[in-house]
Amino acid sequence: MINLDFLNPVEDNNGLETEVNKEYLENLNVPTFDIPLCNNPIEFLKHQTEAAEKCRLSIVHGTTTLAFKFKHGVIVCVDSRATAGSYIASQTVKKVIEINPYLLGTMAGGAADCSYWERELGRRCRLYELRNKERISVAAASKLLCNMVYSYKGMGLSMGTMICGWDKKGPGLYYVDNDGTRLEGDLFSVGSGSTFAYGILDSGFKYDMTPEEAYDLGQRAIYHATFRDAASGGIVSCYHVKQDGWTLISRTNVKDLHYKYAEQPKAPLV
Amino acid sequence: MISEPIPTAQPARQMANRFDPYEDNGGTTMALAGEDFCIVAADTRQSDGYHINCRYAPKAHQLSDKTVIGTSGFYADGICLVKRIKQRMEWYYHQHDKVMSTPALAQLLSVMLYQKRFFPYYCFTILGGLDEEGKGCVFDYDSVGNVERVKYQAEGSGKELLQPFLDSQIGLKNRATDDVLDLTEEKAIKIVKDAFSSVTERDIHTGDCVEIYIIRKDGIECEKYPLKRD
Repeated sequence: MINLDFLNPVEDNNGLETEVNKEYLENLNVPTFDIPLCNNPIEFLKHQTEAAEKCRLSIVHGTTTLAFKFKHGVIVCVDSRATAGSYIASQTVKKVIEINPYLLGTMAGGAADCSYWERELGRRCRLYELRNKERISVAAASKLLCNMVYSYKGMGLSMGTMICGWDKKGPGLYYVDNDGTRLEGDLFSVGSGSTFAYGILDSGFKYDMTPEEAYDLGQRAIYHATFRDAASGGIVSCYHVKQDGWTLISRTNVKDLHYKYAEQPKAPLV
Repeated sequence: MISEPIPTAQPARQMANRFDPYEDNGGTTMALAGEDFCIVAADTRQSDGYHINCRYAPKAHQLSDKTVIGTSGFYADGICLVKRIKQRMEWYYHQHDKVMSTPALAQLLSVMLYQKRFFPYYCFTILGGLDEEGKGCVFDYDSVGNVERVKYQAEGSGKELLQPFLDSQIGLKNRATDDVLDLTEEKAIKIVKDAFSSVTERDIHTGDCVEIYIIRKDGIECEKYPLKRD
């Protein structure tokens, strides 16, 4: 078995390497990954994970996630459905990954890829804190994640995530994905239902919203995405990132939201 | 915004001798967690397509006094995974002078599966046992190590048949009334037996015998329940 590790390239061993440097590198070690001994490992993996394949390795997909910045911080809302093809693998996935009390990451794309790399990000953020005696900024955290997945570019990782938090500069929101894109922004939605969520979000967004209005907007956007996107559904979770860290606002079954919204009068079309 | 991986320089050639190390040996596994017990069950049929290779090829394995693992999918990968995890538990025992707890094992298993992200184990794993507080716990995995703690779970060739049954009988999903389930051990075992005999009726890859591991705080018991062999 060949081990593959792009994150820790082989050092120039010219004897100049210091002890400190060694220790630092050891801390940044990630587990190495096995690759198949064949002509084209990437093609092999792609072939095995294809949807039509008989021996398909089910990798869970399908999602709606959103996050936006407003006057009182960052709101993060996600659904909870995981699908493998047309089979619903789970209705209770936790798609908000609590990296630490000040950082949240969302999960879209391959569930294992997101949870593994964001856990690794959490470890690196903790090491940063211990080394620098201060919390890592959202910008730096998102860049750590971006650089980690960038080194595996083209190898089939699937991850679309939003890193949300609060640092010295105030609320922070970054979009990071598996091809190494990293964007700062005020409003993002990721996943198969994202287009539907954007529709609700863009029409209802005001910077000066109260937190309650913002929670409602986020939940509504996810609810409407679950209504039109078959790969989204389950439970709508809502988080609020404030100056003193994140709090869980609600977990609501889509069924309950459906009846709640059905009772309310519809907004008149302008 | 997630785009497809960049196509590699050489387009996929249609080769008859493509590297194809996987096989689907079928089989169904399930686990359910009670208040102070846990049940892990797996049928023992091993098949390849329409051909039955073996009528007694156990898919559930006891890892410790508090944990049982069940695998389905490619039998060889499952066996290999169990073998490796047993070795890691042995090392852990000698390093820390204690047996690994079920939640710790659950995290280790996730990382072990992800280490093979680019050459995955073709197996779907369920880990069942008691946690540090003595409560029943079930962990469900996909082939590359995504893990979720659940109350009950079915995996393998019969999961599409079995999971809705469990959703109805144990999850009590979408009931008009607010029923509360008092899941006793006897009731749980009854549900498991019913579940497997029903799946055997409609899934060709499931049958012969089901091994039911009952994990209690004072030890693990394995009950064999025969299924139809047709």
